[in-house]
Amino acid sequence: MEKQKLVLIGNGMAGVRAVEEILKLSPDQFDITVFGSEPYPNYDRIQLSKVLQGDTEISDITLNSWEWYEENNILLYPGETVTAVDTEKQTVTTDKDRQVPYDKLIMATGSVPFMLPLPGADKEGVTAFRDIKDCEQMIESAEQYKKAVVIGGGLLGLEAARGLLNLGMEVDVVHIADFLMERQLDRTAGKMLQKELEKQGMNFLLEKQSQEIIGEDRVEGLRFKDGEEVEADLVVMAVGIRPNAALASQSGIPVNRGIIVNDHLETEILNVYAVGECAEHREMVYGLVAPLYQQGQEMAKKICGIESEGYQGSVLSTQLKVSGVDVFSTGKINEDEDTKTVKVFDDWRGIYQKVLVDEGKITGAVLFGDTKEGNQLLSLINKGAAIEEYLDQDKSDAAGIDFIASMGSEEIVCGCNGVTKGTIVNAIGEQGLTTVDQVKGCTSASRSCGGCKPLVADLLEHTLGDEYDHNQKESICACTSLSRDEVVEEIKSKGLTHIREVMNVLEWKTEEGCSKCKPALNYYLGMINPSEYKDEKESRFVNERLHANIQNDGTYSVVPRMYGGVTNSEDLRKIADVADKYEVKMIKVTGGQRLDLLGVQKEDLPRIWSELDMPSGSAYAKGLRTVKTCVGADFCRFGTQDSIGLGVQMEKKFEGLNTPHKVKMSVSACPRNCAEGSVKDVGVVGLDGEFEIYVGGNGGTHMRQAELLSKVKTEEEVIDATAAFLQYYREDANYLERTSAWVERVGLDHIQSVLSNKKTFIELIQRMNEALAVVQQQDPWKEAIESETLLRDLYKNVKVAAGSN
Amino acid sequence: MEQVLKRVFAAKLSDLPEKLGRTVEAGGLELAIFKLADDNIRVIENRCPHKGGVLAEGMVSGEHVFCPMHDWKISVVDGKVQDPDTGCVQTYDVEVQNGDVYIYIPE
Ligand code: SRM
Ligand SMILES: Cc1cc2nc3c(=O)[nH]c(=O)nc-3n(C[C@H](O)[C@H](O)[C@H](O)COP(=O)(O)OP(=O)(O)OC[C@H]3O[C@@H](n4cnc5c(N)ncnc54)[C@H](O)[C@@H]3O)c2cc1C
Ligand code: SF4
Ligand code: FES
Repeated sequence: MEKQKLVLIGNGMAGVRAVEEILKLSPDQFDITVFGSEPYPNYDRIQLSKVLQGDTEISDITLNSWEWYEENNILLYPGETVTAVDTEKQTVTTDKDRQVPYDKLIMATGSVPFMLPLPGADKEGVTAFRDIKDCEQMIESAEQYKKAVVIGGGLLGLEAARGLLNLGMEVDVVHIADFLMERQLDRTAGKMLQKELEKQGMNFLLEKQSQEIIGEDRVEGLRFKDGEEVEADLVVMAVGIRPNAALASQSGIPVNRGIIVNDHLETEILNVYAVGECAEHREMVYGLVAPLYQQGQEMAKKICGIESEGYQGSVLSTQLKVSGVDVFSTGKINEDEDTKTVKVFDDWRGIYQKVLVDEGKITGAVLFGDTKEGNQLLSLINKGAAIEEYLDQDKSDAAGIDFIASMGSEEIVCGCNGVTKGTIVNAIGEQGLTTVDQVKGCTSASRSCGGCKPLVADLLEHTLGDEYDHNQKESICACTSLSRDEVVEEIKSKGLTHIREVMNVLEWKTEEGCSKCKPALNYYLGMINPSEYKDEKESRFVNERLHANIQNDGTYSVVPRMYGGVTNSEDLRKIADVADKYEVKMIKVTGGQRLDLLGVQKEDLPRIWSELDMPSGSAYAKGLRTVKTCVGADFCRFGTQDSIGLGVQMEKKFEGLNTPHKVKMSVSACPRNCAEGSVKDVGVVGLDGEFEIYVGGNGGTHMRQAELLSKVKTEEEVIDATAAFLQYYREDANYLERTSAWVERVGLDHIQSVLSNKKTFIELIQRMNEALAVVQQQDPWKEAIESETLLRDLYKNVKVAAGSN
Repeated sequence: MEQVLKRVFAAKLSDLPEKLGRTVEAGGLELAIFKLADDNIRVIENRCPHKGGVLAEGMVSGEHVFCPMHDWKISVVDGKVQDPDTGCVQTYDVEVQNGDVYIYIPE
């Protein structure tokens, strides 16, 4: 039988998702043709906010790659707009004069941003926030200009404003109402939100009506009805969207606000369907993806001839994608005379929660500051649940589980990506997933706004039952279900000695592991048996394998040791000479008190190291990086101890060590702590006659202040305590867990009590010394220079001369 | 479209490190050549479709390489990027003859 011709107008989120549903139900029934005005494959419009905020890039938000269209035999015409539909002859015509017949037609033309018809709205520098092009224009403007005005204090406007702030612009948000997001929030929440965003640097002009955009060719400012003016080099209009239904209405397809559809997403014209923001169902037009994906599912069933109840409408929920503020709302927002509310207002912690109740049933909610219960409330509303069901549940973890258990498998957990409970449960079962991150990787649930993360965690717990690990003492990776502790225990008890053996004996699910377990096993094996184990260079990340940091363009950097941040003219001269000779792109003083030679070709690395003739600074290592010092007693008027001397000693003592993650230390000579001991893995502070040793600090992604481990009298005791602490960390922490996360997890008390046992303390130091003895036999750079095999295997590229064969 | 391929000598089999990649420049192309644990040789384009990571420096596991930049997982057999990421890299045919490795690249 010949295939039917299915044509989709609009290559956007709703339309393409509907096509995916159709392919799932009936992969061979249709020849599919897609027209899209935008010159890209289908991308995640939601993520434009994150692109603008700098959290991701345009190249990363593609939902369906070009290959996807090819693999599914879909004929895609990107950058081509349908200009007419002939519903009698059943054909569509495009702006490139192409005419294509259809048996079934889906209109998924989305929305058009509403542009206020102000005088001057056509000036350069006035934009909407709807597509990639708008996003690119804003990013470009931010490079050249300083001042942005966003018109519209709703979801889109605030996300745009946050993005422009991140791009370094000053931002005014103009809003017509007297509080923000008035369509999704009540006044209390709106005002709290405003305060929070003001703290983030946004400036608000409320109850302002724009009158005119001023400037020559390019916008220079905005004038309001009250005569006031503000400067602007960029004006973003985010005042609303309108269903894009013009094509339909010109083609005689009935349109009200949007294209009118029934529960099966059929328009009033035979064989013509509409889905997405362009469609109007039971007088509702939706502007969020979750309902649009549900529509797509129902439409697909109809098109493939599968009986179903049809689309019943959706209760909406919104979440603001601005980091640092948690806002959620769903259903009814404002109470009327008959509404009762349940409210929590905690001004101190900045939490506001309001649940609306009509005739005993939950009808809406507004959450600010703590939005954990958002998804649950949405689902309760969908079920028509009584308020008691919400109030009576204990707010412990168990409640979330009950809730997730009650969800149907077709119910959507991740609204942004339309991932159902069923999909996640299947993935957990089939692929042996145990962590939220793994679920995210395999199913995309929680990949966009992240709001459903708690639900995903509950779902994991519900599905895995006893196997679920509350502390997420996760399996090492998807290749095994064993946790770190179990693997380490097995290695010890079975006397396993290399990676392949571990994988075989412990029944890894993959032949050769992955980029997570290989380096982890390599570390554990070396930690357990330092003198016997032979490090596997092919299980090291590039930086550690090559002993240099790879750069974004594939060149490398060279950071020699400069113990305690102290250098001399001879070393500096060598560095300068090498930099000249090999034309390094930049010499930079690092945050760790030493020099970095950046932009070195891989093949030059061994020569540079040999000419420098300095030890490697291990700037790439999961090991000791730097020991930062302050000038100390020799020079500083406050110095009480020889911080430089002790710092250098410590760096020499622990250099080359392998640790679960990198280790940074510092020594300061008085409580002013100029070497920043509060954010180091080990931070020593010298006082008159004693030293304080702080541990578990981190100044990186997750800032954490170091805690006082102990006070000691002598430099030897500092080194001993550091050795015992670090050895316990080596033996107990997960691979890739910084001391900060480890100390936080196991508790300082616990560590102190382990180290307070004299015998344990001494044994830890002994095992540390064994480990050091092995790694300090040779500096890694020297080792590479002196080994023909390493030079050939790791540092050589092949160049095939032209014309050779 | 017919493409004319030529055969170029890339390396001696015994010179290639096992379970590691090596960068090969040939005929204006930058390729990554891998000797897998089963001694098979595979050649793919050396740049990751994500942000141009040098694939020859990635970690090799079975028939996949993990990009050293952001850990995308790519098949060295058919060049496909693995879920949840998408894309693909060009693959090239290889021939091993008397311990010499040859690659077929476009003329
Ligand atoms: C060179 C340097 C920046 C500079 O120019 O100053 C640097 C450069 C890099 N840092 Fe850093 N960090 C540098 C000091 C820091 C500091 C400050 C410090 O050490 O005093 C921090 C915060 C303090 C801390 O670690 O607690 C820091 C926190 C990070 C983190 C986040 C670590 C965390 O636990 O959250 C990473 C990511 C990681 O390691 O996984 C990182 C990772 C990186 C990497 C290796 C990223 C990578 O994998 O490619 C960067 C290499 C760039 C390149 O192209 O070569 N860098 N990095 C600094 C080298 C210091 C040195 O001499 O060795
Ligand atoms: C910055 C931003 C942030 C957002 N954040 C969220 C969020 O957090 N959560 C959420 O749920 N939603 C969010 N949304 C809304 C969400 O992106 C939309 O609801 C969704 O994209 C609508 O899908 P659609 O397919 O109906 O329309 P679109 O994705 O707009 O697709 C329609 C496509 O059809 C094309 N087209 C139109 N007419 C024609 C024609 N005649 N011929 C050919 N092609 C045509 C258009 O060019 C467009 O590419 C956000 C939107 C934006 C802009
Ligand atoms: S902060 Fe560190 S990791 Fe981030 S860009 Fe700078 S050097 Fe690279
Ligand atoms: S460049 Fe390869 S994963 Fe990013």
